[in-house]
Amino acid sequence: MEDSHDLLKQPDALWARARMLQAIRDFFVSKDYLEVETPSLIPAPIPEKHIDVIPCGDLFLHTSPELYMKRLLAAGYPRIFQICKCYRKGERGSCHLPEFTMLEWYCRGTDYHLLMKECEDLIMSIASSLGNEEVIHYQGKKIKLQRPWESISVREAFTRYAPVPMEEVVKENSFDEIMVDYIESHLGWEQPTFIYDYPVSGSALAKAKIDEPAIAERFELYIGGKEIANACSELTDADEYHARFKEVEDYRHSIGKSVYPVPRFLLQNNIAIPESAGIALGVDRLAMIFCDSPIIDDVVAFTPELL
Amino acid sequence: MYSASDLKKGLRIKLDNEPYIVTEFNFVKPGKGQALYRSKLKNMITGAQFERTFRSVDTFEPADLQQRKMQYLYEEEGKYCFMDNESYEQVFLTKSQVGGAKNFLIDNLEVEILFFEDKPLEVSLPNFVELVVVKAEPWAKGDSVSGKTKPVILQTGYQIQVPPFIEEGEKIRVDTRSGEYLTRVKD
Repeated sequence: MEDSHDLLKQPDALWARARMLQAIRDFFVSKDYLEVETPSLIPAPIPEKHIDVIPCGDLFLHTSPELYMKRLLAAGYPRIFQICKCYRKGERGSCHLPEFTMLEWYCRGTDYHLLMKECEDLIMSIASSLGNEEVIHYQGKKIKLQRPWESISVREAFTRYAPVPMEEVVKENSFDEIMVDYIESHLGWEQPTFIYDYPVSGSALAKAKIDEPAIAERFELYIGGKEIANACSELTDADEYHARFKEVEDYRHSIGKSVYPVPRFLLQNNIAIPESAGIALGVDRLAMIFCDSPIIDDVVAFTPELL
Repeated sequence: MYSASDLKKGLRIKLDNEPYIVTEFNFVKPGKGQALYRSKLKNMITGAQFERTFRSVDTFEPADLQQRKMQYLYEEEGKYCFMDNESYEQVFLTKSQVGGAKNFLIDNLEVEILFFEDKPLEVSLPNFVELVVVKAEPWAKGDSVSGKTKPVILQTGYQIQVPPFIEEGEKIRVDTRSGEYLTRVKD
């Protein structure tokens, strides 16, 4: 009884989700992207310092479709997108579900700055399909969609909102805490905000800047204080993949976390990832914004606790 | 031993040798960053609240809390005295520690006191207590519209809504969790 009652609380959210998914597909199809489906049961996840994987038999549930989308990219599919469920162990909070819906797209011959523009186009197009042409009303604030959207570097965000500069927190290993306690809540309230150029140490498979190797070509999109998307120019160099995977492995060892098998594909010298950029966008989080919901529970039919 | 991922609302932990209760909790994870556990904690002795963000590697001891059966004796200058019936040890709780329970504390009432080591923290009442009505308007006969209530004052000074037929000097049973009238008690 209680179950069906809870399900009836969010018909608007479920309709909005369905329209969003349709709008996403329409957008990418119109831009000549190929919708792909890659396996979610995989032998080796992408090594990430802070993502725990859910094992499933001898395999693992993917934490994002990144790896196999990159294989398609390398195989010669230049523009691909995917909407799929991803799985991450132990992630449950007001903006986290251990099973969530991700949109990822990759484009050959582009970089993270061009990707910001495409991300704007996509979200504008979703907003218009939901009847929000100019403004999103979120938690009592009006977020203006008029372009250009705000775009500031991570370094600048620290200067503006944090008590310490970015370089210092990287050194002191407190980047995440400062981000969460001082910065995130300010971002994306006047208009959606891109913050870009992250320290390379926390940027997994993002390409480092040529003129500034400690900085990765990576951005995040924030709307209403919430992280909506993460994007980067892709690493193309197999040796660099080696080094990054090793760093993740050493780190996870050092804090007593499980270390998973490494995806061999990215380490092969003969299969090159082309110059490209890719982005992962949390569909549930975006639905929260469009549905004016403070918690992710409001925009999914079932939370883990209701199963 | 708890780890940060065990934190949830209502959990009682020991930090710097003092007991804390988690009053708010959220799991957060900045992009590509580590899992962080944002918590609001309340010191169970002083009532002071503060926010703290933990990492998944942080661990905590559970607060060593014990319930002891005690008897309420008296109140003097905002201090409430309780006695252990076996050891005759007496302890005092402040007005703010007693909180809303003061409305139902009558002499010799058996209650449970929560202790952190040897410090009393809070009182839990029995679910039902019987209290005497010390002030009530007389029942105007004929005024028997069903569902109608009137306010009366109980021996502890607590004001409560009761059915109109309850008279001064009568005893009623009250639910201490809701603070509401349950029934008239005939001696």
